[in-house]
This record gives sequence, structure tokens and C-alpha cells, in this order.
Amino acid sequence: MTRSRYLAWLVAAAVALVVVCGVAVTIGPAAVSLAQVAGSIGAHLGLATEPVPLLVDSIVWQLRLPRVLTAALVGAGLAISGAVMQSVTRNPLADPYLLGLSSGASVGAVCVVILSIGFALPVAAFAGALLALVATLSIAKVGGTITPVRAVLAGLAIAQLAGALTSFIIFWAAKGDSYREILNWLLGSVAGATWESVAIAATAVAVVGTGILLSATRLDAFAFGDTSAASLGINVNRTRWALLGAVALLTGAMVAVSGSIGFVGLILPHLVRGISGPGHRRLLPLVAVCGALFLVIADTLARTVFDPRELPVGIITAFIGVPVFILLIKRKKSHLWA
Amino acid sequence: MGVDLNGLSFGIDGSMILRDISASMPTGSVTGLLGPNGAGKSTLLRLVAGIEQAAGGTVDLDGVTVGSLPRREAARRIALLEQNASPSVELTVLEVVLLGRIPHRSRLLGSFAAGDDRAVALRALASVGAASLTDRSWQTLSGGQQQRVQIARAMAQQPSLLLLDEPTNHLDVSAQLSLLAQVRDLQLTAIMALHDLNLAAAYCDHILLLDAGRLVAAGTPAEVLTPEIIGAVYGVDCFILAHPRGGHPVIVYSAPTSKGNI
Repeated sequence: MTRSRYLAWLVAAAVALVVVCGVAVTIGPAAVSLAQVAGSIGAHLGLATEPVPLLVDSIVWQLRLPRVLTAALVGAGLAISGAVMQSVTRNPLADPYLLGLSSGASVGAVCVVILSIGFALPVAAFAGALLALVATLSIAKVGGTITPVRAVLAGLAIAQLAGALTSFIIFWAAKGDSYREILNWLLGSVAGATWESVAIAATAVAVVGTGILLSATRLDAFAFGDTSAASLGINVNRTRWALLGAVALLTGAMVAVSGSIGFVGLILPHLVRGISGPGHRRLLPLVAVCGALFLVIADTLARTVFDPRELPVGIITAFIGVPVFILLIKRKKSHLWA
Repeated sequence: MGVDLNGLSFGIDGSMILRDISASMPTGSVTGLLGPNGAGKSTLLRLVAGIEQAAGGTVDLDGVTVGSLPRREAARRIALLEQNASPSVELTVLEVVLLGRIPHRSRLLGSFAAGDDRAVALRALASVGAASLTDRSWQTLSGGQQQRVQIARAMAQQPSLLLLDEPTNHLDVSAQLSLLAQVRDLQLTAIMALHDLNLAAAYCDHILLLDAGRLVAAGTPAEVLTPEIIGAVYGVDCFILAHPRGGHPVIVYSAPTSKGNI
């Protein structure tokens, strides 16, 4: 694809994201117009916009906008993480949770929700994710090097262990409504998003995302494997450590604010590669925008389809993600799964 | 000047894979690296490329010790074609060749300053006669075409030394011959691990023969490929003829007797 066609895609996706976010804020039990959304945002940013009623302003600014922005940021973060994981481990099935991160975070979350440990949920989830990562990497590290296959296998072991721990705690100690609350978290949800969630997710996406984007060339070098990367001047071991660590931080922050939302990190990179090509310089920005777009739409569906009941967004992403994944598998043109 | 190997050794977990390899290859020469499976050919190539650190000895390229260079600097001078490499994502031929430009990009903002990379890549493709493949998907190419594109990728790296690990593996006869002719035509110092002694005799200026991690013979094909040396290293009986065109040695194996076969 030519440079200008790629840029056209990127700009179109970004514009679509802004529009969809705006429209998503208008959708909900209380009717809000796009003009009121703009007015409320403008007022908070100190712009001279049309004033809006106090109730509308608090619906927009306190409830819906943080939620929509969190969904967008989490979608972007998960999509970037998935793309990097797939490249670094050379595994088309890799997703952000490959190294046991979400399972570790779940242990932290059940500790808070069910055992009532006195931590904020995001803090406990993030700590759990990091603990799982450290365990995974120390298992995978043999003789000073980490191979992708060992990392995946170690992640599987830790995920199983953490999963068992989570089930054990739920089975042993959950009472009353805590079942529902923890299930909501385990399936992934941005329902409780606040401006604090936005700040956490935005910082992680901006800082780690920039670092990863600057490593686009290094990621490209892994296309033909480790030896090839090394012969192209990449310090393979150090680069893999750094990238896995960066992705873990990013995913950990995402899991902390939203639980483990599946399929975004798995599907989006495959879909977007079909447009941008496999080069990371083009793939990463577009996959971030498309991931954001996807999750904002999914979350809007999650809170409207069975209105007034709300679904965890992870259920929606699975319902959309699985058919898309099947289409990708069935695609004749693809040589990846041969 | 060319390439000098000075007493190279290498081991993993206490077992020696290469012992005290010394050899000298002049600029522009094509050297065949021969030896039975497990003799240490691939390891030697990795040491020369600077991907693996030698336990002892040095590799000097045009007077510079490869081991003392940062990885990126080494990658600007030495290109390596691995055996049977395949990508984990779907790449076009041009994208594969562009990978060769990676060591030449700036470290921080290199991802965004492509410069004349595209022009260099297209020239490299043209130089191996693969310009018509530019927009093809890598996975749809034949084995011979893939190797040709890999050579273009190596050329885009603009190296002064080209290393090839069994480049003719899985290629049909005509693809094998045209690939090796291609390597010769590049006029680059090249070292390639080969299994086929006859191909080595036909296309290499020098032969290094490894056996169990030691260099057992070095010299021109006629000097190294004798019935005695081949018999000692490979354990096979053979005759040496002169090729009707060019006069280089042609190795004809004699079938083992039924006794030897058991």
C-alpha cells in the first residue's frame, strides 16, 4: 500500500473514533444531544461553549465520558499489546494475556472483592499481574535466555495455577452479591470507569505506546526469527526482555482498570495487518486506533442491547471476536495457518 | 585483506563444538564450508557473523575484529542467510528485502526515516534478477525464488561479507546451479556451508573441511577433495574425475559393498 493510502486509512479511522466516541456518549437511558456533549466538554476545558443543564453535564462528564474514554484507551492498549506479543513470540495466537497476566490480575481482584483485603481493586489487580509476569519469566529463563516457546509454556502454567487459586477463593469464600461483582470483573468491564481509570490507562498507553512505536524497526527484525534478527544487528535477548516487560506493564494497567477483556488483542492485529501490512511502523498506530474504535462500539452495545441490564463487555467482544476469528481461519489466501 | 579466522574455539556446556579453527580468505573469494552433519559448520558461520561469541580466538574482517564491534556495526558488514528461514507473518518480497536495511537505520527514529531504503532494496532485487517478484507475497514463491530474495535481502544490507548456511537445501538442480552462480556473480567475499561436494568443487575458490569441530583440510577444491581425505572424513569410497568443462574435480562415489551396508 502506498504511503498516502495508508495515511488515508489512519485519518479515517481516527475521525471515525472521535465521531463514535461522541455518539456513544449521547447513547443511554437519559437522552443527551451531541451539542450538549460538546458543550459539557467545552465547559470543563474552559472553552466558551453553550452552557448545558447541570444534570446533563454530570451525566456526560462524570458517567459516560470517563467510561467511553477508558474503553477507547483500553482497546488501544490491548490491541498494541497483542500486536507486539504476536511478533515477539512469533505466535499468531498470542494475545496480551499470554504470559499469565490476566490470571494473576484476577487473583488480586478476587482478594479485594471476596476476601475484602484493604487495597483498591486496580492496585491489587496490577500487583497480581506483575507477580504472574515475574513468575512466568523466571520459569522461562533458562541459561540466561528466554525463548518464545518457553515463555508461552511458562505463561500457560502460571495461568492455570492462578486460575485454580481464583476458583478456590471464589468457591470457598464468595457470598451474596460478590459472585456477580467478581464475575463482572473476570469477564471484563469498563462499567465502573472513573477519571482515575482514564488517567491510569492514558498514561500507560501514552508512555509505553510511544516506547513500543520507537521500537517498530526492532519488532520488524523478528519476522524471520531470532538468528535473522541477530544478523540484522538486534540484541535479541535484551530486546525481547524489554518488549515483553513493556507489554506486561501496558496490559497490567489495562487489566487493572477493566479486568480481562478477551479477543481485542488477538483479533485486531490480524485484521489490521491485512490493511497496513506487517511493518510495525504502520501496524501499531492503526491497530491502536482500530482497537479503541472496536472497544468503544462493543462497550456501547454492552450497555444498551439488553437495557436496562448491562453485560460485561468481554461477552460482547467474544461474540464479535469469535466469528471474525473463524473468518480469518477460513480465509483461503492466508498462508499463516498452513 | 578479507576474512581471517584466528584460533576460533567454541563450546556449549563444557563440550567443545569447534576447536582452534584458523583460516584466511581473500577479498572477493567464495569459500565452501564442508563437513558431515554436526561437524560445526553452522556454529562456525554464527561465530563469523558475530551472533555467537567465541570462547577463544577472533574473526577479523578487513583487519577489524568482529567480536569487538557492536551488533549493529557487525550487521552492516556481515549478512547471514540461515537455513530454511520462514517468516511468522505474511510479507511481500519488498518487505523482506527492506529488512536488510534495518542495521543502517538510526536507532531512535529509524522507524520513521526510511531515506533511500526503498531504492536500495529495489536495486538489490534487480541485482539478483528478481525485480519482477517485488510485490509478490513471500509465501507464494518457490524455494529457489525465496533463496534469491533472501540474497537480495542480504545485498540490501550492503555487507562486505556474505555467509550462507546450506543455501541449496530443498532446491531442485537448476535452482541450485543458478543460486550458486548468483553468489559468484556478486563478487563479494562469501562463505557458504554446503553438503554437496560437487557443487562446492564447481563454485568455490577455497574449501574448508570440518570434522567433529576441527579443521581437517583447507585449500583449493583439487587439494581438499581427494579420495583419501573424503574417505577419512565421510567414510565413503570415491573417485575423482576432471570436469569436461573447466577441469574442476568431480566426485563419483562408489556404492558401498553389501557388507559395508549392513
